[in-house]
Order: sequence, then structure tokens, then C-alpha cells
Amino acid sequence: MENRNFKGWLYLLPALLFLGAFLVYPLIDVFVYSFEEGYNSASQTYYGTGMYNYSYVLHDPYFLQALKNTLLLVAVTVPVSTLLALLISVALSSVKPLRKLYQTVYFLPYVTNTLAIGLVFMILFKKTAYTDGLINLVLNFFGGGSVDFIDGPYWAKMLVLCVYTIWVVMPFKILILTSALASVNQTYYNAARVDGTSRFRIFYKITLPMISPTVFYLVITGFIGAFKAYSDAVALFGTNLNAAGMNTIVGYVYDMLYGDSGGYPSYASAAAIILFVIVLTITCINLLVSRKHVHYSK
Amino acid sequence: MKIQLQELTKSFPGRGRNSSRVTAVKDFNFEIPDGELIGLLGPSGCGKSTTLNMICGLEKPTSGRILFGDKDVTTLPPEKRGVGMVFQNYALYPHLTVRQNIIFPLQNLKGKEKLSKAEMEKRAMDAAALVQIRELMDRKPGELSGGQQQRVAIARALVKLPHVLLLDEPLSNLDARLRLQTREEIRKIQRATKITTVFVTHDQEEAMSISDRIVVMKAGVVQQIGKPQEVYDDPVNLFVAKFLGTPPINVWKGEIRNEKLCIGDAVLLDAPGQKDRAVFVGIRPEGFVLKEDGPLICRLGGVEVMGRDISIVSTHEASLNPTIRSIISTETKVDTASETVRFAVKPAKVFVFDGSSEERIRI
Repeated sequence: MENRNFKGWLYLLPALLFLGAFLVYPLIDVFVYSFEEGYNSASQTYYGTGMYNYSYVLHDPYFLQALKNTLLLVAVTVPVSTLLALLISVALSSVKPLRKLYQTVYFLPYVTNTLAIGLVFMILFKKTAYTDGLINLVLNFFGGGSVDFIDGPYWAKMLVLCVYTIWVVMPFKILILTSALASVNQTYYNAARVDGTSRFRIFYKITLPMISPTVFYLVITGFIGAFKAYSDAVALFGTNLNAAGMNTIVGYVYDMLYGDSGGYPSYASAAAIILFVIVLTITCINLLVSRKHVHYSK
Repeated sequence: MKIQLQELTKSFPGRGRNSSRVTAVKDFNFEIPDGELIGLLGPSGCGKSTTLNMICGLEKPTSGRILFGDKDVTTLPPEKRGVGMVFQNYALYPHLTVRQNIIFPLQNLKGKEKLSKAEMEKRAMDAAALVQIRELMDRKPGELSGGQQQRVAIARALVKLPHVLLLDEPLSNLDARLRLQTREEIRKIQRATKITTVFVTHDQEEAMSISDRIVVMKAGVVQQIGKPQEVYDDPVNLFVAKFLGTPPINVWKGEIRNEKLCIGDAVLLDAPGQKDRAVFVGIRPEGFVLKEDGPLICRLGGVEVMGRDISIVSTHEASLNPTIRSIISTETKVDTASETVRFAVKPAKVFVFDGSSEERIRI
């Protein structure tokens, strides 16, 4: 028995080594840095240990702005994108003609470069002294005034970021949900039809529980993905996110490491650990909630 | 409730370009008397499930009519027909408990038919009691055995008090012993509720054992309808004869010569008034009689003792089955050392079919 145990570990060794070196060690390292004040990666020196880094980060208005932006982004985009994707997937699975075409159209954003999409969004939403983007033209048509979505009020910028994020994350969700819907055995629907179940009840009582593991997977990865948002904001508002007031937590970490205000690995580490704790908490809550509502078939 | 199927036909569009339509069921005419248990029997792809789905309303017939009682239900959706259906894989909702599964159809009722919670509970418990699963009500389907799931599915189909109960291959997912037991129970429940029941199976033994009447189908066409024993004793063509009976019927190449039925040189029976032609001869396993001067001489392959009977395995060049299986009562002694075995036949167990049309020739 002991011998077999030993062999098992031996087989796991390569994977464990890689995971340890590239995943566990850096994680611990970041954790350690976050307590070392004024750590300098070039000279490998620091002048004290303690909670100061956390205190600094939590009092930094830029971080608080980034935290607010990120939380808002998560709160808006995860539910909206998941619901929309669910709606579109159900619609997709109930149409027969042109389904393949629709699927392709909905999947296109996934294979398109984020920055290119950002450029298109900028053109759509922009307003300069001379020209209006398409969105503003539409607003004007309905009698509204032009809004500078890219460089204007906070709510406008946040709106663009949310729309953009939803648009970018949806294709993947639609893809996964469509295949989950397709894998639900048709006889369940037949059985429900024989019993005269209404369409809404079929969806709510049969379809949704059947695909609940997939929905749950998308919600969890959606939360994590949204918390780690960064490139989306850059694509829309450029690299100086603090100036635009549209920074995210990951953006803040990046800025602390390399940005204009760069060279503060300790603050960056503290911010990264804070993000880690937030994501971990949310994921745990998700798992707890899911126990009641997610049905794994045996 | 009486069910009438009139000229019922279903064809599906063929796949790919230029492919013609596939006819699954053709001109099905049958009147199912009230309260009978009918077995639709046939090999895979013969259209029996399609027929069931049309009775259920899950599929619309291409032409023809379906009447429940005197009411034409051909175009009615399934929920308006008052049918209960048990699916082959049971289709129990895995995330709901047994109780929730059984109540599910009742919760769909609207308007005047709407039931109170207490009534629903009572109906569900009644249905559960009928199939003896009252103690399983709070389990999930995944925690039940195949036989128990089957009962839940039947309870769910019965809870609406349907006029017609439809079962699609109800026993195919059960092991052999459970199958025997469950088919008896289906019979019992059907007798108790007196619901007109149609069930589909490819297992002839299953159909024979519990049906009031069986319908044998092949390639969408009804071959024969009748009481199981009648169909077994009097098949209309070679297909029906081959399909019914275990062990299966022994089929031989033979001919009618000078008003005699012959297999090779062996003269089996008289065939008065029949003109000479090539025929297939079907002999039921129990149609053989060991006889020292019997006309049919076969090479002895072996003897299998089955308790009550013995089964003699032999071969013959004119036989279309690789081995001939004949069932003889144990009182007869068989000389196992002998190389050959000689049989006479029981005339009632011998069927003659035309060599080309495979239709029955009555001699």
C-alpha cells in the first residue's frame, strides 16, 4: 500500500513541480511582498514589515475608484450578459432555418481582437467638437442631446464599458449554453408536452434545472472574469485609466508595477491580494448558493 | 375508451438531396376495443413507435384519422387527448423527487380542472399506491433502481386518470427477472384501472404474455392483428411465423410435389389440391415428434436438457436456420450416440409459405 502511494506521488511529481514553481510559489511570494514595506525588486530590499501597504492601498482614492468601477462592472455585466446569453441561446435552439448563420454571427465577437472591437466602440460612441458617433446620431434623431461617452460624464463612460464588456463576453456564453440546451434529452420535452406543460413552465421547471450546472459555471467564470477586467477599459479609454477615472483593480495593480506611477511592487501585491480575497469570497458565496439551485445529474 | 385508427399513414422527408420520402407507417387500420391491452410488435424501425407517437399526439399523421371514442383527435395536441405516456427511458425529471415528478402533470391543469394542493397530494398518493412506491416518494429518480423508476413513470402517467395509456418499450431497460415481474404488474394495473392501453415492444415473448391482442408490424405495414395464441398458431406469412416464438420457428426450403409437401426426399404431409411449386416450410420447435421411421432425417448435433423438456439440436441441408431446435418432452429417450435423428411432424405445427411471396398456403 505504501509503495503504491509512493508511486502515485511520483506520477504526480511533474505536474506538482510545475504547479508549485509557477503557481503556488508566486502566489505565496505576492502574499509576502504585500507585507514588506517599500520592497524594491532591483535591489531585493525593503525597510519594514506590516500592514502599511494595505492601509495605503485602501486609502488611495485611485484604488477606491478602481474598486468601485470593478464592483459596478461585475454587478451589471455578469447578470445581464448571462441572462441575455440564455435568452439568445433559447431563441437559437428554437429556430430551425438559418440557425448556423445566427450562431456564426453571435460567435464572431469571440474571435475578434478586443482592441479592434474597442476601436469600433469608440467610433460608435464618440463625440468631438465636429462629429458625432452613430449612437449620438441616433440619440439626436430621437430628440436627445449628444453625450460624450468616451470622455464625458462618469455614467456615460461606465455605460459604454458595461455594454462593451457584455458584448465581448456573450459569444462564449451563448456557445456554451447552446450546446448545453442541445444536450437536454428531447424525451423530457415530449413528456412535458404530453402532460400539457406550458412553455414557460417547461423552461423554468425542466430546461433551467437541466442546464443549471452550465449556467453556474458561466456565472462563476463570469464573476472571476469581470473582476479581472482590464484590457476592455484600456481598449476604450487608453492606458491612462486613472486620469479617465475608469481604472479597474487589475489596472491599478498594473499601474503600481509598471505605469506612470510605477515602481511600487508592495502596493501592487497588496492590491492583488485584496482582489484575490474578494474573488475568493464571491466564489465561495456562489458555491454555497449553488448547492440549493444547481442539479448535477448522476 | 375505444380507439380507432383509420388509414393512418406517416411519412418523413428523406435526408439529403433527391431522396424520396420515407414511409414509417402505411394505411394502419385498427379498432382497439375499450379496456384492452394491445401490444404493437415488430423489429426496430417497423413503425411501431411512430404509431404510438401518433396516438399520443407527439407526431401528426401524414394522412388518416385517429378517433378516441367517437371524437376525432387527429389534430388535437397531446395534452387535449387525455393520454398518459410512459417513455422508454422513463423521462423522469432527475432534479425532482418522486412526489414532485408524479404531481407534475397535475400542476399543469388550468381553469376548471385545477386541483387544490390536498387533492393533488391525494391523487399522487393513490397513483403511487397502485404501483407500490409510496415509501419512495421523497427520493430522487437517480436513487431508484430501474424497476422503481419504471413504476414512478407509470404512476406519473396514471395520475391524470387518462383514458388511454401508452407505453413505449416499457420493459427494455430492465433485467430479465424484473422484466417478468414488471410485465405482470403492468397487466395487473391495466386490469385494475381498465384503461385502454397500447404498448410497443420488439420482444415477442413480452407482447404474447400480457396482450389481449397483438399487432405485428413490418416496415410500416401491419402484418397481422389477433389474439396472441391465434397469431402464433395461425400466422399469415413467413415474417409473422418467424417473429413469434422462442425458440424461433424452424424454416426449411421445400416444395409441393404431386400434392405432397416435401423437404428434399422426405414427404411430410399431404397437400391436396395444391399445384407444384417451391415453398418455405415452417415447423415450430414443439412440432417435431421423435419417430424411428419418421420421414425427416437430421444430423444430430446435441441434446440440451432444460428440466421439463429436452431440446434436440440438429442440422439439415434444407434448413434455413443454421441449427434446428426441436423441443421434446423428457419422457422420450434420445439415443445421443446416434449420428442421425428422425422426426415426424405434428400437422398443426407446420406452416407452408409460398416460395416467392412468403404468404401462407393453407393445406
